[in-house]
Amino acid sequence: MSLLQIKNLSVEFGNAANPFRAVEGLDLTVNQGEIVGIVGESGSGKSVTMMAMMGLLEGQGRIVADQLEFDGKNLLTISARERRKIVGKDIAMIFQDPMTSLNPSYTVGYQIMEVLKVHQGLRGAELKARALELMELVEIPAPKSRLEAYPHQLSGGMSQRVMIAVALACNPKLLIADEPTTALDVTIQAQIMDLLVNLQKERNMALLMITHDLAVIAEVAHRVAVMYAGQVAEEGVVPQLFRRPVHPYTQALLSSIPEHSKGAHRLSTLPGIVPGQYDRPKGCLLSPRCPHVQPRCRDERPAITPHQHGAVRCFYPLFDKEAS
Amino acid sequence: MFSFILRRLGVLIPTFFGITLITFALIRMIPGDPIEVMVGERTLDPVMHAAAMKRLGLDQPLYVQYFDYVSKLFHGDLGASLKTQESVWKEFTTLFPATLELALCALVFATVFGLLAGVVAAIKRGSMFDHGVMGLSLTGFSMPIFVWGLLAVMFFSVFLGWTPVSGRIDLMFDVQPQTGFMLIDAWRAQLADPDINAGAFKDAVMHLILPTVVLGTIPLATIARMTRSSMLEVLREDYVRTARAKGLSPARVIFIHTLRNALIPVLTVIGLQVGTLMGGAVLTETIFSWPGIGKWLIEAIGRRDYPVVQNGILIVATLVILTNFVVDILYGIANPRIRHAK
Repeated sequence: MSLLQIKNLSVEFGNAANPFRAVEGLDLTVNQGEIVGIVGESGSGKSVTMMAMMGLLEGQGRIVADQLEFDGKNLLTISARERRKIVGKDIAMIFQDPMTSLNPSYTVGYQIMEVLKVHQGLRGAELKARALELMELVEIPAPKSRLEAYPHQLSGGMSQRVMIAVALACNPKLLIADEPTTALDVTIQAQIMDLLVNLQKERNMALLMITHDLAVIAEVAHRVAVMYAGQVAEEGVVPQLFRRPVHPYTQALLSSIPEHSKGAHRLSTLPGIVPGQYDRPKGCLLSPRCPHVQPRCRDERPAITPHQHGAVRCFYPLFDKEAS
Repeated sequence: MFSFILRRLGVLIPTFFGITLITFALIRMIPGDPIEVMVGERTLDPVMHAAAMKRLGLDQPLYVQYFDYVSKLFHGDLGASLKTQESVWKEFTTLFPATLELALCALVFATVFGLLAGVVAAIKRGSMFDHGVMGLSLTGFSMPIFVWGLLAVMFFSVFLGWTPVSGRIDLMFDVQPQTGFMLIDAWRAQLADPDINAGAFKDAVMHLILPTVVLGTIPLATIARMTRSSMLEVLREDYVRTARAKGLSPARVIFIHTLRNALIPVLTVIGLQVGTLMGGAVLTETIFSWPGIGKWLIEAIGRRDYPVVQNGILIVATLVILTNFVVDILYGIANPRIRHAK
């Protein structure tokens, strides 16, 4: 059975009469020990999906789904109290900007020990020992003195390591990393990425990686979901999806990577922007920008349909083109 | 931290000179000198007037008087009241506990209810409670103390008869001033002599309620508004989202992770309220016949008692400055980013 199972999830913001659907009909499964990537432009609904699942939207968004299950528990019907026993313990999350994600008023040690205290009831020497162990696990040098450090005394990379230590404190089954390296220096990015992947392997936990960096996903993920305007455009296993993208959007994303356009004079781009609240097209959400658009695309919305290596939301997927 | 304190102390010196100069000048700008006020409407013999002024040293040019005043200050001499001949310091220390008791109660009242109202308003943003609290606090903030105080007396004391109209304790009780704090003195008197003084403590509390509420209203409104806006700002911070993602209880998220950071600007505002309280005490004490510093200063201004006005205000100003100084240090303790700054 899958660890995380999301079926037909929608998240709406704004008033009921004129809602904005940040996420629409999203399906996603994550199995134990698997690395799943979610890629997409800014505003494609990647983070909102995760926030909705963890109950972090705080009543700002309306969440509708056919199924939203984690480890056999229905996250839709669960009480807030029950959810808090899962969130932070079995599902942990790290965020984009580590420098602002740690509370400036408390020491690093306090913030690590807090989760251990709340979820595992550790106290005293045992608590401190476990915190030190976690700091060593995320390879923080001189962990003993760092326990007493405040977040403003740490670099971005160190702060993200602390965030990872907090997230791993209770041995989560699923770790969600929301653009974990975007705010960091390039050299530090690779270190943090390596650390995450190693920890994932060691502990056989599921890792859900949200990013707009396709190179990272191509390197580490087993499966990937490409999101566009709140929907999954294409989903598939990793080498195949990158070798043979069947959705025009995935193809456009891949060809905008510099390495893929060697020899070309200009980098390939997809003109236009992700549709927002007021300019959502009637048909396929990509239709205004799609280079392969047909009349039918402008009138009807395609459903997501499975194929050999995954699933795609397109009337005219690019199977033939790739084969030829 | 040590150099931080030294630098802050260095700023205080010009402030003190400013205060002495302003009070010295202002009290002399009011028409009428102490002798004229004392004599009142009776005709005053110019020769006697001149002699009396000479005796008080008020015939000297102003700059000589000012120099004399400041040099006495440097020797720790705060002068004596022109009316009672009692030293200003002694009069101050006798009356100050009454003001302190009132101001402390008002500050506690304002802080407790202000923080509570601000936090709840921020959590329930946009609700009826939020709008209600913010509307009331704007009213409270804009209401002059002398209007609000008199209305409160008329309604609660005269019309409803819930609280006494004025004073600190009913005359039927035999309470000896020992600490100067009526609550403590009444409590001790009640224990010492239960026959005569039964109910003295309760009576002292009843006397204290209305002045506390009247004096605490403006600080309460200020603290509530500041707490609300500061809370709303911090609630949007990434680290609050982190706290929720850790699966912490809402109470932990609000009080440990949000309020702790939201308190930093509120703390400064609470410190600044000490000045508001001292200013408000003058009016509140006058309305409620509360025998404290405020009433003392008002009366001293009325009879142009130069030493009392000058040095009384100087002492009060010093207390306000010192409080703000302590708040600055507390601010450093509350905010590790300041504590560690060089």
